[in-house]
Amino acid sequence: MKYLILKHYRGGPPPAVEYGPMDGWTPEEVDAHLRYMRAFLDRLRERGEFVDTRALAPEGAFVRFDGEGRPPVTDGPFAETKDLVAGWCVVDVPSWDRAVELAGELSAAPGPGGEPLREWLEVRPLLGETPAAPR
Amino acid sequence: MNEAELRELVPAVIGVLVRRGADFASAEDAVQEALIRALDTWPHDPPREPRAWLVATGWRKFLDAARSEASRRGRELTVEVEPAPGPAPSADDTLRLYFLCAHPVLPATSAVALTLRAVGGLTTRQIAAAHLVPEATMAQRISRAKRGIAGRALDRPGDLGTVLRVLYLVFNEGYGGDLDLAAEAIRLTRQLDALTDEPEVAGLLALMLLHHARRDSRTDAEGRLVPLADQDRTLWDTGLIAEGVAILQTALARDRLGEYQAQAAIAALHADAGTAAATDWTQIVEWYDELLLITDSPVVRLNRAVAVGEADGPHAGLAALAGLSPDLPRRAAAAAYLHERAGDLDRAADLYAQAARAAASVPERDHLTREAARVRHLPRP
Repeated sequence: MKYLILKHYRGGPPPAVEYGPMDGWTPEEVDAHLRYMRAFLDRLRERGEFVDTRALAPEGAFVRFDGEGRPPVTDGPFAETKDLVAGWCVVDVPSWDRAVELAGELSAAPGPGGEPLREWLEVRPLLGETPAAPR
Repeated sequence: MNEAELRELVPAVIGVLVRRGADFASAEDAVQEALIRALDTWPHDPPREPRAWLVATGWRKFLDAARSEASRRGRELTVEVEPAPGPAPSADDTLRLYFLCAHPVLPATSAVALTLRAVGGLTTRQIAAAHLVPEATMAQRISRAKRGIAGRALDRPGDLGTVLRVLYLVFNEGYGGDLDLAAEAIRLTRQLDALTDEPEVAGLLALMLLHHARRDSRTDAEGRLVPLADQDRTLWDTGLIAEGVAILQTALARDRLGEYQAQAAIAALHADAGTAAATDWTQIVEWYDELLLITDSPVVRLNRAVAVGEADGPHAGLAALAGLSPDLPRRAAAAAYLHERAGDLDRAADLYAQAARAAASVPERDHLTREAARVRHLPRP
């Protein structure tokens, strides 16, 4: 089963820990955080659970069709209050419980003072492309 | 015969098939199939005459495809089944393939893919992996590119400037999958340099060699970016630097300066400095002035401003930045660096954070975030 672990720049439940933007941390705290993330992905690869990961730029826009012969309408930049996706990681694991366990591990990445960030991550099952089993 | 030697045969074999009467698109497909077969069978059953094998197999694949197409359309097969030996492939065939694959009508991404396949002899799967796209996507991109240049004969010179831009794009794509695209770009530029008599081709080759010489020092053991000034210069490849400088000197002696020679001259001045402090920034600024005369672009002005900052101090550098659009990629990072050197640490940290938000890659974003954090925590006077 594949699961999407989504990281948000903002949005989601109220943060468990309040911490400022990363550029306000010490360089050592930044390094420790990035090292943790890299090690997490390395472990996923070693265990055969890794599928894909990408980071997203904070800018972009909403876009929609606006009628034949007209250019699409864009709405952006994103409002400060809106939910904003920062990136994703797709894992291939046997169960929902394992996906939740992995998201918990990722959410323990250290922040200021080396304390776990306890960041909220969104976990979503990917729907399969084929029926699960013949009936 | 290793895979690189096998790949070198590909453009000449396409040339032979075209001379025998195949159209370029079908010839290229047929040779790709022969190549995949060669990669599969040669390791345990190497041919005595590799090129003759590729020509024979490619021609057979071409005939098979032509026959099934002919029967599908209910037509007679008009291509000779047993061709005359025909003229030997000439170096011109390979050169013309460069022009055709980098044809100005093609979008850059298509020209890159087609060049890697038809001139570079890479398989669609390798090219797809290097660009992180599905193989079927890359196959479609290549066949659309071939339709885009259908009917254009493989017998006339093309636009060398477009070819050089495509090769430089490939070089800058760097690493993806198992394939070292930078090394592949160097191989293709070296081959093009042997086929032409243009100092700009030599200039591009020198530029690539001088950049490639620094590849091991550009990231540290943890994968973090290391800026030029902080790189461990003992890791630079002195063999590549010597070769790049020699090629550049021969090119410059011909007195037909172009943008790649000027950029290579700047890279050579960096390579020549034993320490970052020993860099001859005054001469680098002069080369940027030359470059501006050849091609005046915001990117050149931005790089020149950084060099001016080193040669004449950060305030002069900031003055040189002043007219450039705030949206220009890397402008905020350059301004951050100059403000830090000028002692305006708060401004520098804000600009580094702004540059991190606008970064185009994860390593750059992480580096700039860390720079912002570093400058925020510097002791204030």
